Amino acid sequence: MEQVGAAALPVMVGVILLFGFVKGVEVLDVFLTGAREGLETSLRLLPTLIGLIVAVTMVRASGLLDLLAGLLAPLAQGMGVDPELLPLALLRPISGSGASAYTLTLLQKFGPDSPAGKIASVLSSSTETTFYAVAVYFGSCGYKRLGHTLPAALLGDAAALVFSVLSVKLLG
Amino acid sequence: MLNSIWFGMIVLSVVCALCNGRLGDLSAALMDGAQTAVELSLFLLGSMCAWLGFLKIAEESGLSLLIARALAPVIGRLFPEYRDDQEIQGKISLNLSANLLGLGNAATPLGLAAMKSMAQRNPTDRPTKGMILFVVMNTASLQLIPLNMAAMRASCGSAVPFSILPQVWITSAASLAVCMTACKLLERRSLWNR
Repeated sequence: MEQVGAAALPVMVGVILLFGFVKGVEVLDVFLTGAREGLETSLRLLPTLIGLIVAVTMVRASGLLDLLAGLLAPLAQGMGVDPELLPLALLRPISGSGASAYTLTLLQKFGPDSPAGKIASVLSSSTETTFYAVAVYFGSCGYKRLGHTLPAALLGDAAALVFSVLSVKLLG
Repeated sequence: MLNSIWFGMIVLSVVCALCNGRLGDLSAALMDGAQTAVELSLFLLGSMCAWLGFLKIAEESGLSLLIARALAPVIGRLFPEYRDDQEIQGKISLNLSANLLGLGNAATPLGLAAMKSMAQRNPTDRPTKGMILFVVMNTASLQLIPLNMAAMRASCGSAVPFSILPQVWITSAASLAVCMTACKLLERRSLWNR
């Protein structure tokens, strides 16, 4: 399994290059044209990233998530969910690296093969960093109105929490 | 909407830090956050340039068109607005393929390229239904094999790091189904389109 995953990137790049070469594309010249566009896109993203990451880092440092998790704890216990999973569920949509670090502490505390450790593993790997994706994708092309993007995306995140708990409880 | 969320996040953090005496941490966080963002964008800059370079090769050689044709039944149904636009279909297909393979570093640049092309064909200042669905799909996880998580579990002493695969598939599929259904239902309501 590890090998299959590790092969994905080299194989994808290899196929793209080989196909291009066979079709007579001047691969390096074309690569450089594309890469130059990347420079522009990345620079345009920098202000968005600074704004987003400053806000997320502040939320994490202020203890706001712990406060929210504390408020929601009775609800979680009622559903049979370990309250220590709540900060992970709240952190996952806003910070990928923060969620990873928190998952690691949960795995160390409960053990990776315990129910709580498994739920944390499943929850972390079944969702993406929602706010990051929304800010970066819309920020890169300058849209301010997002329509129904966030409600739909956050419903997906909520479903991930419910299903990570259910699937681990049912399948072990 | 992002305006109020951003405002809310910062103001609530300040209030919360005031109440529990974490103001020192908060000032450090502000500066750290700005620095992390610059470091992250330097990191992104590399993968962005590399992948947009490979994308260009895939487009010039016709590979992207081939993949788009193969996935056209799915992409055409999900994004009816772009049914006749093979360039956009190609970029969407490549982004979704990279996501399935778990190549996050490739998926973001490819996805941004798709967004750029969709934005160029959009005369209004609001994102199209297709753009919103595309972003929503990118906020869900399509990754088939969670390699990083398996590695983390193994490092914590898990006997069977990949034992979570069925649960991850069920959860990812359910989450994706919920957010895509929500997207398709909400796009009919004018409430969100103001």
